[in-house]
Amino acid sequence: MDLLLNPFDHFTIPFGFWAERTLDWFVGHSRGTLLSAKVPVQRFLEFVRDCLEAVPPLAGIAGMSIIGWLLAGWRLALTEFVCLTLIGLSGAWHDAMTTLSIVIVAVSICVVVGLPIGVLAARSDRFFRVLRPMLDLMQTVPSFVYLVPVVMLFGIGDTPGVIVTCFFAITPLIRLTNLGIREVREDLVEAARAFGASETRLLFGTQLPLARPTILAGLNQTVLLSLSMAVVASMISVAGLGRTVLEGIGRLDFGAATVGGLGIVLTAITVDRYVQALGAGRPRSRTGA
Amino acid sequence: MDDHSPDAHAIECRNLWKIFGQRHLEVLAAARAGRVDKDAILEEFGCVIGVADATFSVAKGEIFCIMGLSGSGKSTILRHVNRLIEPTAGSVLVNGQDVMSLSKGELRALRAHKIGMVFQHMALWPHKTIADNVAFGLEVQRTDRKACRDSAEEALEKVGLDGWGDRYPDELSGGMQQRVGLARALAADPDILLMDEPFSALDPLIRRELQDEFLALSEKAHKTTLFVTHDLDEAMRVGQRIAIMKDGRIDQVGTPETIVLYPETEYVARFVSSISTLKYLSASEIAVAGEVASDAPTIGPDTPLPVLIEQLANGVDHLAVRDGADLIGRIDRPEILAAVGRDLARR
Repeated sequence: MDLLLNPFDHFTIPFGFWAERTLDWFVGHSRGTLLSAKVPVQRFLEFVRDCLEAVPPLAGIAGMSIIGWLLAGWRLALTEFVCLTLIGLSGAWHDAMTTLSIVIVAVSICVVVGLPIGVLAARSDRFFRVLRPMLDLMQTVPSFVYLVPVVMLFGIGDTPGVIVTCFFAITPLIRLTNLGIREVREDLVEAARAFGASETRLLFGTQLPLARPTILAGLNQTVLLSLSMAVVASMISVAGLGRTVLEGIGRLDFGAATVGGLGIVLTAITVDRYVQALGAGRPRSRTGA
Repeated sequence: MDDHSPDAHAIECRNLWKIFGQRHLEVLAAARAGRVDKDAILEEFGCVIGVADATFSVAKGEIFCIMGLSGSGKSTILRHVNRLIEPTAGSVLVNGQDVMSLSKGELRALRAHKIGMVFQHMALWPHKTIADNVAFGLEVQRTDRKACRDSAEEALEKVGLDGWGDRYPDELSGGMQQRVGLARALAADPDILLMDEPFSALDPLIRRELQDEFLALSEKAHKTTLFVTHDLDEAMRVGQRIAIMKDGRIDQVGTPETIVLYPETEYVARFVSSISTLKYLSASEIAVAGEVASDAPTIGPDTPLPVLIEQLANGVDHLAVRDGADLIGRIDRPEILAAVGRDLARR
């Protein structure tokens, strides 16, 4: 009788066990490969961090502001100047540079991997049908759940931090690249074909430029998600602003947590405005100038 | 259907079928066996018949209109010519060559060199300047940039938009945008123009203006044109011959005169009933058999109605209609009135 009333006390499917076994098997077989795959990411990360650390703060602020000014005018220059100065004044400069280097590397990988996936998804309905549940899954899974398999496969430290950030942050870029290309007016695509454009030319000359605003919105999400991952990633001993926040929380040191949190927000603004300015390209027609 | 020799055809469609849907081959078999009810076919197979057994040819330099209501398959036929759509069955020949036999590269070359296309909603690329829009087809051919610029400017000049090259499409009015669309189609100096309801998105005055301009241009350039429209007046004005489509089938092909005066199906008859026949009547259609006086003025069988009226109004008693030496008949005032009466009764 109890069997009928409470069947799940007696029968369960051992999903957890299976997952563990699968992961064990995967780790056992591919850890070596994965660890060597980690190396280029690590090199890239070290290179970016060394570059950022090599620049003295004042020179960095001046340089970023000037580039901002050249890129999109005084408004961007002022934003960069204020944000970076505040980061420096709050004593978080070095942590910010560490976080920034992780974000730069993670976002670069997301773009290199995510953009082609998004393009493929837009061109093949079948591929998108397979991809969509995976994207849904990746966006539903809480961010720190990624930590377990990543630690088992790649260990702890900054490089696994980059990898886990990529997993977490790549989805919006893929989704919005796909959406942006699909939303390009059908007759504009048809016109390009009708005038003899090859598929490559159609993609780079028509679809991607017209999808750019949507793709940029995806890139913006990816940048912000990477930064928001900083705190979570610090649980696997990733350095930077995230660690300041985590340690602050751990010791109930509200001041330290605030400094770290503020630093993340300011870094987010710095990076995002830059990315948007880079993507917006040259001001267009009479409305642009 | 027409008496041109086959090699004079710029475009030829032979028994063209296009069925949209997964089970298109089953539908093709069923439709060829005589099933025509499109609702039943959609219900049973989940397929839509876009084009059903269309056969026609367009002579070099001719303006051929395909006319029908929306969903009649006219734009679908048009897109077969440059293979934007591939046929379910049948073949499409451009300059004597089957477009389905072309490789990808050959097809791109055909589209870039030989065929220019104009779209209903202009379809100008908003991120490119007018000059870049017009030069697109040339640049795909990898001719050098300076030459592209020059040809683009030349094409813009033809449509009266020289000097606008550095603007962007959204800075132009609808009429101007479609001139750019026309310039883009003409830039590569193609043999064939495909025009997909090019003027229907414009307001009536601009539409008329562009029709006139297009006719003037094509008189000079003498390009084979396949012109799709849902506007019968436009088809009559622009087309040298017209194909009238209904539910994917071509009901009748003929000159504007034949379509109006001798509709072959009920559908065509209903369609053209709003058009006055008076403009298309000629002496041979009005004349009746009878004696003619020896001093009656002689006119040819193709003399249009206004000329007849003018002559009779000048006090001539009646006219003798002769084709060469053969007497076809006579025309007097009652015949003119009868023709006008018939025309009024049609509507």
